[in-house]
Order: sequence, then structure tokens, then C-alpha cells
Amino acid sequence: MNWLAILAIYRFEMARFYRTLMQSFVSPVLSTSLYFVVFGTAIGSRIDQVEGVSYGAFIVPGLIMLSVMTQAISNASFGIYFPKFIGTIYELLSAPVTFFEIVLGYVGAAMTKSLFIGFVILGTSSLFIDLQIQHPLAMLGFLVLTCMSFSLFGFIIGIWAQNFEQLQLIPLLVITPLVFLGGSFYSISMLPPVWQTVTLFNPVVYLISGFRWSFFGQADVAIGASLAAIALFTGICLFLIWLIFRTGYRIKS
Amino acid sequence: MSVIVDVKDLSKTYEGGFEALKSVSLQIEQGEILALLGPNGAGKTTLISALCGITEPSGGAASVAGHDIQAEFRAARRLIGLVPQEVALEPFEKVINTVRFSRGLFGKPKDDALIERILRQLSLWEKRDARTRELSGGMKRRVLIAKALCHEPQVLFLDEPTAGVDVELRRDMWEVVEGLKSSGVTIILTTHYIEEAEAIADRVAVINRGEILLVEQKAALMQRMGRKSLRIDLREPVPAVPDALAPYALELGSDGHSLTYHYDTKGDGTGITRLLQALAAEGLSLRDIQTTQSSLEEIFVDLVKEDAA
Repeated sequence: MNWLAILAIYRFEMARFYRTLMQSFVSPVLSTSLYFVVFGTAIGSRIDQVEGVSYGAFIVPGLIMLSVMTQAISNASFGIYFPKFIGTIYELLSAPVTFFEIVLGYVGAAMTKSLFIGFVILGTSSLFIDLQIQHPLAMLGFLVLTCMSFSLFGFIIGIWAQNFEQLQLIPLLVITPLVFLGGSFYSISMLPPVWQTVTLFNPVVYLISGFRWSFFGQADVAIGASLAAIALFTGICLFLIWLIFRTGYRIKS
Repeated sequence: MSVIVDVKDLSKTYEGGFEALKSVSLQIEQGEILALLGPNGAGKTTLISALCGITEPSGGAASVAGHDIQAEFRAARRLIGLVPQEVALEPFEKVINTVRFSRGLFGKPKDDALIERILRQLSLWEKRDARTRELSGGMKRRVLIAKALCHEPQVLFLDEPTAGVDVELRRDMWEVVEGLKSSGVTIILTTHYIEEAEAIADRVAVINRGEILLVEQKAALMQRMGRKSLRIDLREPVPAVPDALAPYALELGSDGHSLTYHYDTKGDGTGITRLLQALAAEGLSLRDIQTTQSSLEEIFVDLVKEDAA
């Protein structure tokens, strides 16, 4: 294992993050505050409580998931797409590193960045509401697994994308709708029965539900189902990355 | 000298069916500078890319210091430095950080003293904290060289290192290459410039349409490339080359108005004086004289023609 290479990629990627640290910090703080103003105060004042939890607190896990998923994807996809775009990928390909090591470096950095943003949102939320976390370890576990699986997914998108439009396509057309319809801001029990069934086909529902369980001890779906969903998603991403590695898809000619 | 890069029957066929390399075999000796010459699309970059791991070869094998480039890719690549043809650098990163990154990527621990030495050698030390996008084209190329050298490779591939670089910088670059050679690094460079091959190469390999046409010591090749032609325009046409001029192997122009003499500038004597005297003795009256040097391009054209025949 070429640990120094993994570290070099990780550091180089994190340097990009440090260069835009203010931006990385301010933007989630601002968006979280806006969500609290709009959903927490304006709408929350009419909803009062969801499943025994104040609406303001109820949306926190969804808010964190929303940002973490999109940030993990955008960071990981951009991280590997940019060297392809500017041509510096030659260096990765000619270095004594395996594809697995490259993935560890890029995905590790994207995970760190999205985790950071997750914690910033958590911290900002605690300024607005009195936040209780019933299962802190499970919360951390879900957060880390989500960061990892979506960073892996972002890496795949970055390899697949051949232009900047494609880079934005999946996050915009698939992930954002799935996250919004995945119960970020509502409990699926609030939906009509038909839509409750439809919603169960949305994998993000399981992730948000599991994450919310770690906060409040209650969930839309069984916690086992949530764990299975995230394991399945991670497994699919790992398999796709293995395929890319085997075939050199869109990397090697 | 021992062979450090051994290429055996290496081939590359792209998806569309284009054969970029056709069973190329080449042995590069430790410590030499080999210039790989060839027209555009000849397969120079494909050969380098295949050896460095950027392109997957379709067949054949290659090794660096006995390490197979595929089975033992880590050991092989640790010994290789690559300076690509296209200038590709992370635009927002500082010079020194991109060089440190390259060293780490090759699994080498941090060594700022070495990096300082390389940056100074390439006149980049003053620019170490500049973002790479702020540098001139020539400076960027030097950063690429610094990145390729910072993991102390034994074999350095330079793909068109002086394309689009001004004369002064080109000479600086040659000095750097000479310096590397004296430190024991084997260098393979691709180039279009005959002057470049002449200035620094020990051996020259000519590649065309994916095949190595020749591999020769520079001195021998230069002797061939050093041929010049003297064209003599006559006032009156002649039906044939006079017998007395037979030793000069003159070519008669189709209209009988010109004679062409080929000579070697690197030989002891060109024979021009004797030829002109012989022409005068034959009573031929001259209208004009012009000389042309056979360029690398012409050598290529000849080789390519032979190749096609």
C-alpha cells in the first residue's frame, strides 16, 4: 500500500478546501439559517410538533443529510473530474499507485469535507433549537457512512462525466429531488397512503429515517432497513468503482 | 552499458482500429540520451504513454530495470519520470506544493532540501510560492520537469520538452538535460527539431506510422543528415552528363538545364572546387548556383517513402 501517495492526494484535495474555507463555512451556516427561518419559524409555527418532536428539531437530521449528500457528491466528483479536465490526470496514471489508493485519497478528502459541513450545520442548528441526540454513536456512524457512500458515488460521477454539464446532471436531476422527497422536511406518515408506498422506493428515505432515529429514537422505517439500504448503496458504489478499475473506463485509453 | 528500458514487440491498437504502435522493439541503455524522432501521429507519445502507464498496450511487453511495466508496475514506475507534451498543472496551487504532491504520489517521504535543489537548478526557486497559473509558458514547462524529477527517477521521458519554447529557454533546457545525464539519469526525448537531437542526443530512433524505422548513433545519422546539394543552372542545356564529370555522380535535370551534386559537409573535402574546375574544363557556362541542406524533414520523407515502398 502506497500510504504516502494516499496522503499526498488527500492533502492536495484538502488544500483546495482550505483555499475556500470561508466559502465552505459560510455557505452552510447561511443556508441552514435560512431553512430555519423559512421552515422552522414560518411553517413550523403552524405545524407545531411531528411525532412528538418540535418541527424545528425534526428537520435538523434532514437538513444535515441534504447538505452532506450534495456536498459529498460535488466534492468527490469535482475532485477527480478536474484533473481529467485540465490534464493533470497523467500524473496519477503514471504514478506507482493502484486505483484503490487513488479512490482512498479522493474519497477520503471528499468525506472529510462533507463531514465538516455536516458538523457546521449541526452546530448552527443548535443555535436555533435545543437539540437532543439520543444515540450519538449511531448518529456519527450514519453520518460517516452517508459521507462515504455519497463520496464514492460522486467519484463515479466524476469519472463518468465528460463535461461540466454532465457533472451537474445527476446531482441536480436525481439526488436533489430524491432528498427533497425523502422526508427531509416531513415524516412520510404525513403523506396519503399511496404516496407512502411510492416513497418506500426512494432509497434516501431509509438514510434520512435512520439518521433521524439516531436523534429522536423514532423512525419512518425500521432501523435495520436503513442500515441495509446504506450497506446496499455502498456495495453498489464499490462494485461500480471496481468495474471502473478493471476496465479503465473513461480514464485509460 | 546495460539496458535499462527494454521494449519487446509492443503494440497498441485503439478502439477505432487505429494501430498506433506496431510491434515496436527498442532497447535503451542506462545513462544515454535517446531522441525519438518522428512526424506528427507517428506514435511517439503513444509509445511513451504505454511505457508510463497512461495507455494500456494491446500486446508485447516492456520492462524498466528488469521490472515488467504491468506485472511490477509499482517498481517500474518508481524509476520513471514523465514530462508530458501538454502543459497540465493545477492552476490555483503553489509551485512548491505541486512538486511536493508529485513526490508524495511516488511514495517518497518529504525532502524539502531536495526540492529546493531541483527548483534552484530549474531557476524556479524564486517562484516557489507563485500559483502555477501566474507563470509564463516556459516556467510552467519547468515546473513539469521539477515534478517529474522530484521523486529521483532513473529514467526520464521528455515528450516534446521544447515545443513552443524560445531559443534561450531551449538552450537552458538542454543544459538541464545534460546535467541530468551527468548525474546518471537515462533520458528519452521526443522532438521535431534536428538541432535538438544534434545538440544533446547520443542515439536517435526514427519512428513513423507506429514502427521504428531506425535506431542509430547520432554521429552516424548526422553524417547522413549532413548531406547537402549543389544545384548548377546551365546557360545551354546538355543532352547528358559529360563523361569527364562521371566521378561526381551528378543528376541531370529533366530539361537538361541543371545539374545537381550531392556532397557531405562533414567529410574532409566537399569536392566543390574540383567540380567547378571540371565544369569549366568541359566548357559549360553557368547561369546560377544554389545549395540546399537536406533537412530532417527530407530524411523523414525519404524514410517514409522507403517505408511505404
